[in-house]
Amino acid sequence: MIEATHITKRFGRMTAVQDVSFTQEHGSAVALWGSNGAGKTTLIRCILGVMRCKGSAQIDGIDVRKRGRNARALVGYVPQELAFHDDVRLGAAMIFFAGLRRVGKQEAAAALKAVGLTSHERKRVRDLSGGMKQRLALAIALLADPPVIVLDEPTSNLDAAGRGEVVEMLRHLKDMNKTLLFASHRPDEVITLADRVLVLDRGRIERDTTPAELWPTEKPVQVVRLYLTMASEEDAARVLRDAGHAVHLNGQGLCVAVPRDRKAEPVHTLALHQIEVRDLEVLDDVRIPEGTS
Amino acid sequence: MSTIGLLPKHAAPPKARSFGGGTLAFARREFRDAAASRWFFLYTLAFTVLAVAVSFMSLSGTGAHGFAGFGRTTAGLLNLVMLIVPLMALTAGAGCIAGERERGTLLYLLAQPVSRTQVLLGKYLGLAAAMVCSLCIGFGISAGVLAWRAGGVGLGAFVMLVGFTALLAVAMLSIGVLLSVVSRRTAVATGVALFSWLVLVFLSDLGLMAGTLLFRLRVQEVFGLAILNPLQAFKMGVIVNMNASLDVLGPVGAYASLTFGSMLPWMLTAVMIAWTVVPLAAAVVLFARKGSV
Repeated sequence: MIEATHITKRFGRMTAVQDVSFTQEHGSAVALWGSNGAGKTTLIRCILGVMRCKGSAQIDGIDVRKRGRNARALVGYVPQELAFHDDVRLGAAMIFFAGLRRVGKQEAAAALKAVGLTSHERKRVRDLSGGMKQRLALAIALLADPPVIVLDEPTSNLDAAGRGEVVEMLRHLKDMNKTLLFASHRPDEVITLADRVLVLDRGRIERDTTPAELWPTEKPVQVVRLYLTMASEEDAARVLRDAGHAVHLNGQGLCVAVPRDRKAEPVHTLALHQIEVRDLEVLDDVRIPEGTS
Repeated sequence: MSTIGLLPKHAAPPKARSFGGGTLAFARREFRDAAASRWFFLYTLAFTVLAVAVSFMSLSGTGAHGFAGFGRTTAGLLNLVMLIVPLMALTAGAGCIAGERERGTLLYLLAQPVSRTQVLLGKYLGLAAAMVCSLCIGFGISAGVLAWRAGGVGLGAFVMLVGFTALLAVAMLSIGVLLSVVSRRTAVATGVALFSWLVLVFLSDLGLMAGTLLFRLRVQEVFGLAILNPLQAFKMGVIVNMNASLDVLGPVGAYASLTFGSMLPWMLTAVMIAWTVVPLAAAVVLFARKGSV
């Protein structure tokens, strides 16, 4: 369904994505996992044909560079945060995008209903909460029933309740056999949704794995945020990754996903490498759905 | 509560809208956004008030009626148009793409099943339609004042003035859009647009005068350089199309009248059309070739 071949994208001297190739089957869910700056967003933009890059990307056999319009017609895109004219009313925005996707007003209304925004049609985009904006983006992405949904950290700006709503909707889409490609730095989302995880680091695919391999536990996973003293977070992240931990760097500490009964393990691993942890914070639980080992 | 599973299913895979359909969808949205915007209201108001004021002043104490009255008014309106319309069109065009880029909305639009050319042409057409409407409102009220005070308006001359002004507006809009495509920020695009306005309205005339004196330019060279400025082409076009002699413009006007005769109106119209098409084509090509958003 999605085929990326030797995708490379440079911004001046900086290489954001380097020689990335992967194939995604129809109906599968692939997570792009990595720290900020790992190249997840750039890779998504290259696959959508929004950015020019070396290599090629095909969606259902259609080359996004040569026939971008037709390739993107098969894709519903949900950005990190919906960026659309703030003063437009929600109903008008839906009708505009419905027009671009050759569907009628009734289908636009059905998409709004599907994400629970029917009663908000008269609201302006600027008056929507973060969660409602993401639901609107999802409604737009679902217009014309595209077989592929691409999401770029769809829950990163949401609170726990909003995150739960969006993940639940995405789980429905997965059950409907949609092909999902999404960037995330949240283990709970990846474990809940993904069949496969592409771990990106500095623009390269470091591992092509599964959530079960990345977090090999049947117990609930927790995210521990570590605050370091003096040491470079980059170095610490490398040490932890070498020790088999899933690490996320977001500029506010080092987030490590660990089994609930092994929270001290990353601290111990870092101590062995003379990296001192100043403080730690335990974030929310990540439930592993039934049937996922 | 999510009812995503109840969304209508499509038997065939979704397809992109036709080139014209997608372009018109953008044009309609841009027209609606422009018509509802503050800049559109302020420019329309300013143009209308000034046009009515010029009409009043031109007619006061002349005792003129009908076409004679309008001919005098045209001279006043011509100078007003040459100041206001390029300013309005250049700044509106400058915000067109750079504004979307800065707000982050451009990426989301380009992720839809549309091409960059459709986005640019759609926005251009929508803005052009909004500006022509704005001009029609100003000219319409001004014509009403003339009809009331002078008892009539020379319809042919009036339509010609409106038509040529519309041509000037779309030519200036093309330049503004080109500036918008090559600028990363709206402030830069607007700044360059204002400088361009200054050059076209004031500095090019001064430069031409200085050049004529310094380099002892021949009359045909002065004419050739003068019509390179779309504002000069517009001014000469209006005067010629009103069946007035270009002699009022001195030796250069006399030379143009004698040399090109009945071809002159077409030639000046062609210059205006070239100023519309060439910058717009350059904007389309540059925007389509851009490697990033």
